Amino acid sequence: MKKTALLATSAIVVASMATAGGHMASEMTLVSWGGAYQKSQDRAYAQPYAEMNDGFSYNWDESSAEAVAKLRAMNEAGNITWDLVDVVAADAIRLCDEGLAMEIDADEMLAAAPDGTSASDDFGDLLVSDCFIPQIVYSTTFGYRTDLVGDTAPSDICAVFDLEAYPGKRSLEKRPINNMEWALLCDGVAKKDVYDVLETEEGQDQALAKLDTIKDSVVWWSAGADTPQLLADGEVVMGSTYNGRLFSAIEEQSQPIGMLWDAQVFDLDGWIIPAGLPEDRLARALDFAKFATDTQRLADQAKYISYGPARASSAPLVGDHADLGIAMAPHMPTDPNNAKNTFLYNYEFWADYRDDIDAKFQAWLAQ
Amino acid sequence: MSDATSSGPMLAADGTPLKTSLARSLRMRKLRALMLIAPLLLFVLITFIAPILQMLLRSVENQIVSDTLPETVVALEQWDATTGDIPGEFAFEAIYLDLAIAVEQKLHTRLGSRLNYEETGMASLFRKSGRRIGRFDTDVYTDQFTDLNAAWEDPETWYEIFGDERNVAELPLVGRSWQRWAALFEAEGETVGKRDLEDFLFAALHYETRQDRYITSENPLLLQAMRAQSETPFETSRLIPQFEDADEDWLDHAVWQTIKTYSPRYTSGYFLNAIDMEKSPEGAVAKPENLQIYIKLFWRTLFMSLVITGSCILLGYPVAWILANLPSRSANLLLILVLLPFWTSLLVRTSAWKVMLQDQGVINNVLVWIGLVAENDRLALINNQTGTIIAMTHILLPFMILPLYSVMKTISPSYLRAAKSLGATNWTAFWRVYFPQSVPGIGAGSILVFILAIGYYITPEIVGGTSGIFISNRIAYHISSSLNWGLAAALGAILLVLVLGLYWCYDKIVGIDNVKLGG
Repeated sequence: MKKTALLATSAIVVASMATAGGHMASEMTLVSWGGAYQKSQDRAYAQPYAEMNDGFSYNWDESSAEAVAKLRAMNEAGNITWDLVDVVAADAIRLCDEGLAMEIDADEMLAAAPDGTSASDDFGDLLVSDCFIPQIVYSTTFGYRTDLVGDTAPSDICAVFDLEAYPGKRSLEKRPINNMEWALLCDGVAKKDVYDVLETEEGQDQALAKLDTIKDSVVWWSAGADTPQLLADGEVVMGSTYNGRLFSAIEEQSQPIGMLWDAQVFDLDGWIIPAGLPEDRLARALDFAKFATDTQRLADQAKYISYGPARASSAPLVGDHADLGIAMAPHMPTDPNNAKNTFLYNYEFWADYRDDIDAKFQAWLAQ
Repeated sequence: MSDATSSGPMLAADGTPLKTSLARSLRMRKLRALMLIAPLLLFVLITFIAPILQMLLRSVENQIVSDTLPETVVALEQWDATTGDIPGEFAFEAIYLDLAIAVEQKLHTRLGSRLNYEETGMASLFRKSGRRIGRFDTDVYTDQFTDLNAAWEDPETWYEIFGDERNVAELPLVGRSWQRWAALFEAEGETVGKRDLEDFLFAALHYETRQDRYITSENPLLLQAMRAQSETPFETSRLIPQFEDADEDWLDHAVWQTIKTYSPRYTSGYFLNAIDMEKSPEGAVAKPENLQIYIKLFWRTLFMSLVITGSCILLGYPVAWILANLPSRSANLLLILVLLPFWTSLLVRTSAWKVMLQDQGVINNVLVWIGLVAENDRLALINNQTGTIIAMTHILLPFMILPLYSVMKTISPSYLRAAKSLGATNWTAFWRVYFPQSVPGIGAGSILVFILAIGYYITPEIVGGTSGIFISNRIAYHISSSLNWGLAAALGAILLVLVLGLYWCYDKIVGIDNVKLGG
């Protein structure tokens, strides 16, 4: 961390000499999740950006999972060493609420679509927080072992709760978000009523009671890589995880896994800029963010990973996988064939109820 | 005189009493010793003690409420929460002023997150209201005051009136609001005259001048305003409907109750939460059954750490005994095997246990293959307490073996031989002669293992499932996900006290002098 800061300060001096009038730091620290996702960002945005800008260099910090806590600690210590941080939308909302992320004026700071549509229209509803620059749409959905589910492959989310038709273990994330919605959906609650029901004590108890029916057959995961591994080992017959993880298990590692897209939950991932950056670093971060979230760059990212671009204008540009050469569009969570029945993560609801329902959920787990 | 000399204190060569001289030289020596350890002491103080104290402080700190909502906190003192009615317009006036400033500072959402830990819905309540508060129709006050006297439009006027502390003391609501507002942009280096006065300042001015009362100030503007309002009251903008319009939760008793309960600068709320209780108007009460978790986890953490310590003793004692009694060449080789795990990452070791213990894992496969276990009845060795105990015993075993080994190394074999030559059986010789001498090693190993075990969270997270997790997993969750650092600090403080308490018990029962790490 110290080294980065030191490099950054020395870089400032160099930058102010190199880019006359630009006043942009020549070095930046990008924070992301590591793995295939970070690699897709590196190839789609960071490398092209570095090629365009002489004397610019960047480094990655794989800390997105702890970004909220670390940013708060940095803010309290008064030494922010990150320039651009990749977080899920729920974390962006939290960071914005805590005053740790900078507010973004989409039309002013982000690129317009090639046809002139303004950035705020191009991103549309995906601008879920004042501080959030959306990047990709991913989904949390189920994969199942094609060789362990018998003759009829599951096509309905409620297969997860059906121990008779599909005996064996399932893996679910060790938190209430998504699980509570699926449980209610399979307990006869209409999709449009799910959050109204979940707001009430009875609704929360109802969801936990439904989860209770499969509790003994659940392996709880906390890292996105767990479910693909558990599926590959034959430990579970089906499990939830991020669709990109399942894509790489299926297409890159040729595991006998099928996708169950039903009732997938869309979520967003994107950038935030930490509040309180010095001017030159802020200028660089804004410049990079504008480039990295333009229409072409977001479409490019889909060459490397099966997450949908957050801009409407990027969708038609999605092509083939850069290494495997297969068409990426059918693997996108947003593809019409996959998106017949979907949820959108309810940010407002979970921002309010997360603490309360999580306490209940964890107490239920510990019983 | 000669009497006095013989019975007086013994003198050193320089004539000072010997006792003083001795004390001085001892003090000098102590000081020198202190200076030798000073660097370490400072290091420990700065990097260890101070952060711990700071963390402990977080578990009671609660300034955010009274710092962000100072007027509301004062106003709510007059409100009786037990009646079940929400407070009247006066509280909405206070929170309107507080929120207007908090929105400028972008602090209202932070307060919302803080209060959301106590009452679900506070986060969006403050976020939504923050967006709406600028659109409240309190501009009626701005218009009426500036119609009355155009001087009110000029920021300099305000500067003159409320730069004077006497006026602030007499008209505190508007005075303090203006000062807080002015401080905001003074911090940014702007001068007072630059920024347009905002509607909430005029609202505050109205709240203070709507009643004709005696004030010592002879400021003509203030007097004019008060006189004018006593003649024809100003058109007002009622806040309750506007707040209700922003979010109907403002009419919820629980919201105001929460603000009032958490208005003191220091709170016991986090500690109560950490022991499954909560604050209520009637004092501390237990949380509903389906929200209780922490006490259970504390007990589980203690119990499992004890089991892990016990299994480390059982497994480590024979190994240490062999190590201590082998010729040094083979002993060294064995010792390297004991140390080997230290050179492997903790994550790798834990993940290796996953491969070993899971349903389709090595151990189950072997058991099925040799026919001890039926194919559809594989042992559940992971994602439960068993998994945590096995993996943690393995990881912590060296911390038991090493102190045991170094103590056993010093026990002379001739004691055992002497016991046997006096007619003791092997068992008696071991139990009566050898074992008591190795107890200090067990003590040291147990303390090490137990204290390390109690704070582990990575291993339980990976192999513990739901029944094998520790209290530290919840602490980690509150630090990194929920950002409820106050609760995390309270849980940590309780854990610290528990460990110190156990250490004290250990000292009373076994005696801390009886602990040896070697020789």
